[in-house]
Amino acid sequence: MNEVQHIEVNEYHDHIKSLLEEGYEMMMDLTAVDWFRKKEPRFEVVINLLSLSKNLRKTIKVQVPDENLTIPSITDIYPGANFYEREVFDMFGIVFENHPELTRILMPDDWIGHPLRKDYGSGRIPVQFKNAPSVD
Amino acid sequence: MVKNKENSEDLDFWATNSEEGGWNISSTDEGSQKMNDEESEQQIKIQTGSDVVDDYFIEEETSEDERMIVNMGPQHPSTHGVLRLQVELEGEAVRRVKPIIGYLHTGMEKTGEELTYLQGPTNTTRMDYLSPFFNELVFSLTTEKLLDIEVPARAETIRILMTELNRVSSHLVALATGGMDIGALSMMIFGFRERELVLNFFEKTTGLRMNHNYIRPGGVAADLPDNWQKDVKEILKIIPEKLKDYDEMLLDNPIWQGRLQNVGIITPEECLAYGITGPSLRASGQGWDLRKMQPYSGIEKFDFDVPVLQESDVFARWRIKVLEILESLKIVEQAMDNMPKGPYKIQDKKVTPPPRKRLDESMEALIHHFKIYTEGFKVPEGDAYVAVESPRGELGCYIVSDGSSKPFRMHVRGPSFCNLQALPIVMADSPIADAVAAIASLDPVIGDVDR
Repeated sequence: MNEVQHIEVNEYHDHIKSLLEEGYEMMMDLTAVDWFRKKEPRFEVVINLLSLSKNLRKTIKVQVPDENLTIPSITDIYPGANFYEREVFDMFGIVFENHPELTRILMPDDWIGHPLRKDYGSGRIPVQFKNAPSVD
Repeated sequence: MVKNKENSEDLDFWATNSEEGGWNISSTDEGSQKMNDEESEQQIKIQTGSDVVDDYFIEEETSEDERMIVNMGPQHPSTHGVLRLQVELEGEAVRRVKPIIGYLHTGMEKTGEELTYLQGPTNTTRMDYLSPFFNELVFSLTTEKLLDIEVPARAETIRILMTELNRVSSHLVALATGGMDIGALSMMIFGFRERELVLNFFEKTTGLRMNHNYIRPGGVAADLPDNWQKDVKEILKIIPEKLKDYDEMLLDNPIWQGRLQNVGIITPEECLAYGITGPSLRASGQGWDLRKMQPYSGIEKFDFDVPVLQESDVFARWRIKVLEILESLKIVEQAMDNMPKGPYKIQDKKVTPPPRKRLDESMEALIHHFKIYTEGFKVPEGDAYVAVESPRGELGCYIVSDGSSKPFRMHVRGPSFCNLQALPIVMADSPIADAVAAIASLDPVIGDVDR
């Protein structure tokens, strides 16, 4: 029921377009995985399509080239990809070409860094206890 | 144009502290978030292949200086949380809308990478706080798919019972807050009153009214309490009666009808294009329900209907929630009558910790218990996407495992996040009072949007 396809970046946009014509009417999910120090290239974008008429799902995986981290946007095919691509840009720093407005969506606009990258720390604040005896 | 915020001189003036220090809050400028270029509703409809137009359509042109940009939210009672809407108004008419989200972002996907699979539901249950059981269910189902295990029949049926009761309570809140936004304040009191019944049962079963952490990978955390049938029977008896009250109050009420019918239309084409699922899709004439089409957790054994309405307006989206409550109660009744006997957790020692009693008797059990709760169980490499039908639409969970006891990447596809994208097309060129009704009908939960 769920078929997985690996697609090259240069074929990606046209392939998604042909899948819409094949009857995958809905884009359910678009996200990315950071394979930091595990795989080359580092980022992989995962798209989940759904066909209501055929009751099928299809997962598309695209490797994003390391040099420029750019991938075409599919908002012109599925308008619903808009928020998802902004989220992936926000969280991973992957740039979607021809996106209508690629700005941060969840983090504040002046945030520096992309939180879901593996080399981004989770930001714990050390707890300072009052009147605690000093160690040294 | 792509703004890369990493080079700090590029920062927008309003996004940073002003030179005098402090935030300039007196300005009515658009702020750091700029609105999109103007796109008329007609254009969007052509793009998405539909040509239905709302009955109330303000066409007359006025001069530019009569337009003003107003921020609805983040703190506004009818935005259902900390949702901020940048609205361009021309008198009473809404011309452009931009939803700005992220005020409740707590980095749960990042946190999910640091918790073991057994701790995972504690995290995901806090996402969609009106339907926490669905979040736990989808995380557990994805983990079980990666582990390739099947939970016992009793655990499956308990899961169905709890999630369908959760759908009832979530829809009751949607009806209540939807009524409140439009001014039907008695509906708000009624909805929350009936929800209390369901929440009391949840409290009895799981110990908490929200954020239960009850459904876990491998089964459920505890068995149902003694005499649970009595509470469920009470819910099954009272809620349909109260739904009749709502219908008497609202269904044939000319004010309610006039206020909601032909308002905030989302056509089926727009639903498909924007990925809108759940009651909003079913109110637009598409009979798509994952419980029927791609069943999970043994729900195919239950007999229920999927209500579908054709009107696609706010009234249909309100009505369909009432009908869905009745269908969910049918499932709850069948689950109560056919509750299988047996264990409520999988009897797989790799996944389920030994019961508390065994710890006093056996050293091995103690070690085993300690290992599962500190290190966690290992999950084979791979990735899985599982989706369930939450009260707001398709709730999906995508987990990538690298063979360790923590997810390498955990992503939750929240239905509210996606449904929110429909707001600009629903609200554009309608009076601001209708816009409020439209937000309420989409029923966004900001915890699910921002995660």
